[in-house]
Amino acid sequence: MKNSRFSARPDEVFFRVGTGAFALLLIVIVGGIAFELGRQSSLSIAKFGWQFWQTDVWDPVADQFGARPFIWGTLYSSILALLISTPIALGIAIFISELAPQWLRKPLVFVTELLAAVPSIVYGLWGIFILVPVVRQLQLNTPAWLKSTPFFSGPPLGVGMLSAAIVLSIMVIPFTSSVAREVLKAVPQAQREGAYALGATRWEAIRMALFYARTGIVGAIMLGFGRALGETMAVTMVIGNSPQISLSLFSPQYTMAAVLANEFAEAAGDLYLSALVNIGLVLFVMTLIINTLSRLLIWSMARQKRPRLRRAALSEAGQAA
Amino acid sequence: MNRARTYVTIALMVGALGAALSAQKVQITGAGATFPFPIYSKWFSEYNKKNPNVEINYQSLGSGAGIRQLSSQTVFFGATDGPMTDEQLQSAPGRILHFPTVLGGVVPIYNIPGLNTELKFTGPVLANIFLGAITKWNDPQIAKINPGVNLPATDITVVHRAESSGTTYIFVDYLAKVSPEWKKKIGVATSVNWPAGTVGGKGNEGVSGLVSQTPGAIGYVELIYAIQNKISYGSVQNMNGKFVKASTDTVTAAAAAAAKQMPADFRVSITNAPGDNAYPISSFTWLLFYETPKDKGQAKVMVEFLKWALTEGQKFAPDLGYAPLPKDVVDLEMKAIPKIKLG
Repeated sequence: MKNSRFSARPDEVFFRVGTGAFALLLIVIVGGIAFELGRQSSLSIAKFGWQFWQTDVWDPVADQFGARPFIWGTLYSSILALLISTPIALGIAIFISELAPQWLRKPLVFVTELLAAVPSIVYGLWGIFILVPVVRQLQLNTPAWLKSTPFFSGPPLGVGMLSAAIVLSIMVIPFTSSVAREVLKAVPQAQREGAYALGATRWEAIRMALFYARTGIVGAIMLGFGRALGETMAVTMVIGNSPQISLSLFSPQYTMAAVLANEFAEAAGDLYLSALVNIGLVLFVMTLIINTLSRLLIWSMARQKRPRLRRAALSEAGQAA
Repeated sequence: MNRARTYVTIALMVGALGAALSAQKVQITGAGATFPFPIYSKWFSEYNKKNPNVEINYQSLGSGAGIRQLSSQTVFFGATDGPMTDEQLQSAPGRILHFPTVLGGVVPIYNIPGLNTELKFTGPVLANIFLGAITKWNDPQIAKINPGVNLPATDITVVHRAESSGTTYIFVDYLAKVSPEWKKKIGVATSVNWPAGTVGGKGNEGVSGLVSQTPGAIGYVELIYAIQNKISYGSVQNMNGKFVKASTDTVTAAAAAAAKQMPADFRVSITNAPGDNAYPISSFTWLLFYETPKDKGQAKVMVEFLKWALTEGQKFAPDLGYAPLPKDVVDLEMKAIPKIKLG
């Protein structure tokens, strides 16, 4: 067994070393990014420390920097985008892989993938000129009792959290739905046939396939989340770019990626620049935490699966006997 | 044997030709402000037509990036919309000289439904609007300077540039000069801590897009942008008490007034300039050079270019929406150019 895997043939060795080097390169790059972010933001870390994560003032004139509104804006917009995009993306994936007639599948796949190819500046411009006026109309027609809740307060500007979340969700849909579709495709046909054989309806068979593919689907959603966290251009064009923490979907807010893109080129002061790199570091750390959490989630879900499978296998074996 | 010699000769000739060409061709790189990019690229291409051996590459990365790249000596020259601070000058490895090239203005734009007349603003009123102290269009402070205009009771929405920019610098520099409260609370920089409730638009197009779509909005854009896109804008009261509408002429007039007290290093803010015809929200944009450049060959070429840009090159400015330099300023700069040490 061992010999067959670790063959000593020179081309095998070369292949292993070569691909291994590429894998190592990836680790070196990620490590390098973390190191460089830490080094460049050392000035800001020394001055603000953990306060950087906890304060709200972003004042380049007074050299006072706090990242909390940006952290909030990034998380809030991304989570809202996921809430909108996940049902739609999963619906698309299920329809294409399970329900759509054969002739419709290819065009639908093509169209969803086309959405992923649209440059984000185009989404941003569409957001400013088409979506924002629609959202403003929506805000003007929001009933007063709804406006008195913290989620819908504020003047009708159009730009703000809601517009950003909608644009983001549209950008995320093709990613989530493509991966979810592939995952559903990978569910063995025997699973579906088994379900039908047991008298399952179509809906029950699909639910079974979804359950079988659930770790992959969570992975697909997390991929979308990562995309939403880092999106810059389209968000900054519609979110209003105002660093404030608010639950309101109508209020202008700000994200980490957006403030980096907006202020990096002109940041002349050392501390200012360092604080911006510090924002990049915060984003990096948050992405790391979120990816780790999603890994843990997938692992714990995968572990749940095992006993069920065993039971299924056992009952199968029993029937065979 | 003979053929071999021919080859050698050809090879030598090609080599010599290549050497001659590369010796003649001068490539210079610079980086900095985005605001003057259209005129700079026009100048560089026009100059290249006249002097095919000179190629100037300019990266419009922003004033801050230009200053950083110049300080780390990765580019030969820099460009900025706001003069370098004393601190920045001291941290650079050599003495840096400022040369104003053209002028720009910043204009207030607004969207008041049903209003067809152009509004007048004073510095303090603009400052109060952007501070959030004036919240409605029919505020007595606005009504007082716009007699006879039927102003609605619409809420004011303040729109500013989301990204740091020279445009913001010029605008807030003016507000700080006319409003002590602005100076104390907000200050002057390419990006400031805007009061709560304001909205940031990305770029001139983002600001004008938001203003045109939001009833009751006010914002500020570059004069060039307003002219090219036919956006109407208000006039602003200048130091002499006259309401002046921005144009390339009135911006140049502001510079002419400032030329009389021009400091030797040209680091001067000309917002709120004196003079009846001076538009108060105007500014120079500068090219930055080391006083003792490392590469003397490039320096010689760049000095020739600068002389050309300050004289002949100025005629390209108005078509692109920039205000040309007044003659007094050009004369002062011509006298200052020999400060760049070529020997």
